[in-house]
Amino acid sequence: MMANHLVKKLPKKEWDITIVDQYKTHYYQPGFLFLPFDIYTTKQVKKNGEKFIPKRVRYVQEKIDLIQHEDNKVILEKGKELPYDVLIVATGTKIAPEEIEGMKGPKWYKNIFDFYTYEGAKALRNKLREWKGGKLVVHITEMPIKCPVAPLEFAFLADSFFKNKGMRDKVDITFVTPLSGAFTKPKATEALHYLLEEKGIKEVTDFNIERVDYENNKIIDYGDTEVEYDLLVTVPTNIGDAVIERSAMGDDLNFVPTNKGTLQTLQHENIFAIGDATNLPASKAGSVAHFEAEILTENILRYINNEPLKEDFDGHANCFIETGNGKALLIDFNYTHEPVEGTFPFPGVGPLQLLKESRSNHMGKMAFRWVYWNMLIKGVHIPFVSATMSEKGKHLETLNQ
Amino acid sequence: MRKLIAHTEIEVNEEGYLTDFSQWTKEIGECIADENGVCLTDRHWEVISYIHEKHNKDEPLSIRGIKKSGVIDVKEFYSLFPGGPLKKATMIAGIPKPKSCI
Repeated sequence: MMANHLVKKLPKKEWDITIVDQYKTHYYQPGFLFLPFDIYTTKQVKKNGEKFIPKRVRYVQEKIDLIQHEDNKVILEKGKELPYDVLIVATGTKIAPEEIEGMKGPKWYKNIFDFYTYEGAKALRNKLREWKGGKLVVHITEMPIKCPVAPLEFAFLADSFFKNKGMRDKVDITFVTPLSGAFTKPKATEALHYLLEEKGIKEVTDFNIERVDYENNKIIDYGDTEVEYDLLVTVPTNIGDAVIERSAMGDDLNFVPTNKGTLQTLQHENIFAIGDATNLPASKAGSVAHFEAEILTENILRYINNEPLKEDFDGHANCFIETGNGKALLIDFNYTHEPVEGTFPFPGVGPLQLLKESRSNHMGKMAFRWVYWNMLIKGVHIPFVSATMSEKGKHLETLNQ
Repeated sequence: MRKLIAHTEIEVNEEGYLTDFSQWTKEIGECIADENGVCLTDRHWEVISYIHEKHNKDEPLSIRGIKKSGVIDVKEFYSLFPGGPLKKATMIAGIPKPKSCI
């Protein structure tokens, strides 16, 4: 995405752009939510990464051993050195089930699954195809996680899935979270709690997991609260890439400390970070990276021209939330504004409704896969949607109540 | 909103968290602890001073952070502040409830 932006803006003769990517396959990660329910096929969620690399950009498919930031160079696994003038870190986040005792044990992918990896989502799909019912526990280990609403969407979709299979009465769904409510923002919790009641999904909040007792099929928290399961779908701890730790560039969770307005890293002026790899208090979501990209492109050009950077990034996120039965919600928010009701993207017109369930929002979510492959990765601006959050068409007064 | 506590009027939000840390005193901390059924011992105060330290450095608080703090392990943290230890401890310490971003 950044290469696609910058290749158009940087003078050809002065700049070489290189992308280092250790993976051959580029996954459409939002699709992992749908894979377990046979809504998407495996083919619909992956493509060869090379297809998206613009001309004039060098594509290196190798793992990075170390970022030697004091010497401005990247050391590849096989020893080759890549010197840089400007470095953009986009190493993302991944799951670390080994952080919790008993999680990645003998029952991993037997009756304990994640759906944040291609392998996990696929294994869970196979399990759900033949599962006869029982206690389904959807669980978040600790915050922050990528796409924070995905676990809740999973619970909603599971409700629909089992209803459609005619076996909802055989499945007990419980949502377990370390937060004080199922939604991570208080306003959204207030507005949307009815969804859980309507769907008969039980909720266990403030649950900080200590270990998984895989022999007795229960999760146990530090306060000795126990939740039993027959099928545990968990979102393990999310951590940044190990290269960040090896290069001594990260915090406790290997996320890179980054200026939340400019996206410049706090450690070095010529290193910038984007997306899930940062420690920003914004959502770890695709829409956030998309909005960041527009601002980061401008700031990199400013940095190159010795101009002051703009502190423009406001934490803008825009997410569709699947609520099951072919409906979805849309939320739009930033660092300082919680999601509120209103219309989007045209004030007063929509066509999408904020914070309300509708079929058109679901269609929006489904259309997003096309937008992702054809616009987001290619760095094409989405018409009518600005990088910073618009306050128009929103019922912001509800915030002050 | 305003609240009278330890003979002092302070500003709190709807959940009872102080909105201005400069109004916090040890006595106020003790009264909030009392309201939450926590009787403060020296051990509690060690944890509260760790929380203040993190807050002053603008570092976010988390259960993971507590685990690595070297001040207290999570089990003991739970036994000192039963229920939601981070929520209770921050309220007593007079700082905002730890945010978890969406």
